[in-house]
Amino acid sequence: MSATSAIALPTRSRSRAWKKLRANRAALVGAVVVITFVLLAVLAPILPIADPATTDWGKIRLAPSAEHWLGTDEIGRDLFSRMVWGARASLLAGVVSVLIAVVIGVPFGLVAGYFGGWTDSIIARATDALLAMPFLILAIALAAFLGPSLTNAMIAIGLSAVPIFIRLTRGQVLSVKTEDYVEGARAIGLGNLAIMAVYILPNVIPPILVQATLTVATAIIAEASLSFLGLGQQPPSPSWGSMLNTAKNFLSQAPWMAIWPGAAIFLVVMGFNLMGDGLRDALDPREH
Amino acid sequence: MLSYILRRILIAIPTLLLVSVFVFMLQKLLPGDPALVMAGEERDPEVLAYLREQYRLNDPLIVQYFHWLWNVLQGDLGMSLRTQHPVTKLIADKLPVTIQLAVMAMFFAFLVGIPAGIISAVRKGTLIDYIANFIALSGLSIPNFWLGILLILLVSVNLGWLPASGYEPFWRDPVRSLETMIMPAFVLGTALAATLMRHTRSAMLGVLQSDYVRTARAKGLREKVVILKHSFRNAVLPIVTLSALLFGELLAGAVLTEQIFTIPGFGKLIVDAVFNRDYAVVQGVVLCVAVGFILMNLIADVLYVLLNPRMRQTL
Repeated sequence: MSATSAIALPTRSRSRAWKKLRANRAALVGAVVVITFVLLAVLAPILPIADPATTDWGKIRLAPSAEHWLGTDEIGRDLFSRMVWGARASLLAGVVSVLIAVVIGVPFGLVAGYFGGWTDSIIARATDALLAMPFLILAIALAAFLGPSLTNAMIAIGLSAVPIFIRLTRGQVLSVKTEDYVEGARAIGLGNLAIMAVYILPNVIPPILVQATLTVATAIIAEASLSFLGLGQQPPSPSWGSMLNTAKNFLSQAPWMAIWPGAAIFLVVMGFNLMGDGLRDALDPREH
Repeated sequence: MLSYILRRILIAIPTLLLVSVFVFMLQKLLPGDPALVMAGEERDPEVLAYLREQYRLNDPLIVQYFHWLWNVLQGDLGMSLRTQHPVTKLIADKLPVTIQLAVMAMFFAFLVGIPAGIISAVRKGTLIDYIANFIALSGLSIPNFWLGILLILLVSVNLGWLPASGYEPFWRDPVRSLETMIMPAFVLGTALAATLMRHTRSAMLGVLQSDYVRTARAKGLREKVVILKHSFRNAVLPIVTLSALLFGELLAGAVLTEQIFTIPGFGKLIVDAVFNRDYAVVQGVVLCVAVGFILMNLIADVLYVLLNPRMRQTL
């Protein structure tokens, strides 16, 4: 996850960015993929599909068929239904953990960049220290100490992603705070909080939006990884990561068990990455 | 130059101290009495007494931290509750395995990522560029544990070409060692290759539009010389820094790769420790990874200056 480059958007270029985004076919494909998965996840309770937890010992490890589109698992549960319900866990984890990271990271980044000096030094060193611990390793350690559950996995992933948003926001604030309109706001006596909220934050939002989209992709892989290791969603609740964990024990007998959950993670992550890349290209004034 | 290196080391010290604070505070996340949680099923009073003594749990937090830090500075990361071995020894035993995996993965990533990035930049806007970009984005989007499972299914289960799991030290049987490591290194290196490709492409595009490349072309130099000598040599600098940053991702990726291919390395150590509630091992691994990452950053910064004559002159 690389920090996004400096982008400050006046209102006029916002509509240009929107036009550029709509013209980007790859980003549109990404958006369609993501929206499809979101719809499946949201509509899961009302879709006419089998119960994802109902076992059937007479239908163990059945290959895909008209009755079970994606086959069944090692205890006879319908894989299509588990895939649809698994989308809820993955998307929820992706979005919630990024929200946690944004809600904590952006204010710290704003304060560090705006005030500078000692405040900045302390926050910058803490960010460096957090960045020194790789995303997944920190998430594994936090999930280990907090206990295995989807909620704790989301907290762990969110906390691990905080430094990315602190650093990004800080960088943006540094480039915006010397602009004439910020100096002007200060000259007419506006308080620091008002300047940060009204004049700085809106200019910092576009790159944060790009980074958030790309981080959702990383967070979805992180949740799947934690669930694959047994530190995320707990059985019998479905999750793509834990489905893959079970599937690896039945590779020769039921390979389809391993194919669908991985393909779903790949597609949805690809969707978010395409959207993120498209947003970045649309918002970045540079050519590449 | 020496003063620059010293300055960089001085900057790294507070970061290292903060890392130690974070790693120490991990155990404070444990709910309830840490000694009881850490001991797990083992409620032997002797074990509980050992844990309280080891972590100074009856002392104030600040005393506990400095006691722990003092031990860490002397190379004592505590004892593994499960194996009763010092954590330092466990890590030292597993580290060579992960380093072999990481080096092979990095080799693959460089071999594929950098040439692909150069070709993609030179052929910008062509079909080759689009295909290379699509493959790179797929490499970033594919969960490496799924890629590992697919490879096992295809190469080991269906074709029977390579073993699905196991590990052989290189010095004992090089051929067998490479056989067991090729698939894991490929799996681990895929995302890195994709990242390297995208950064190389971006850096090359920047350089290819510069005046000195235009001048080199105007002088009638051969395209190969323009690309490799004039362009790539200047584009390689940010890639050096990036490689150090990728080290962290490599270790994180190794956790899953080692789990899938049952490789007894660093990653498997932390996962096994998590399930055995061997918290000293978890802390030890996180601390070592973070220190390694900071050191790699330091090396990258120094290399950056060494490789860049303009930066050398400003020191």
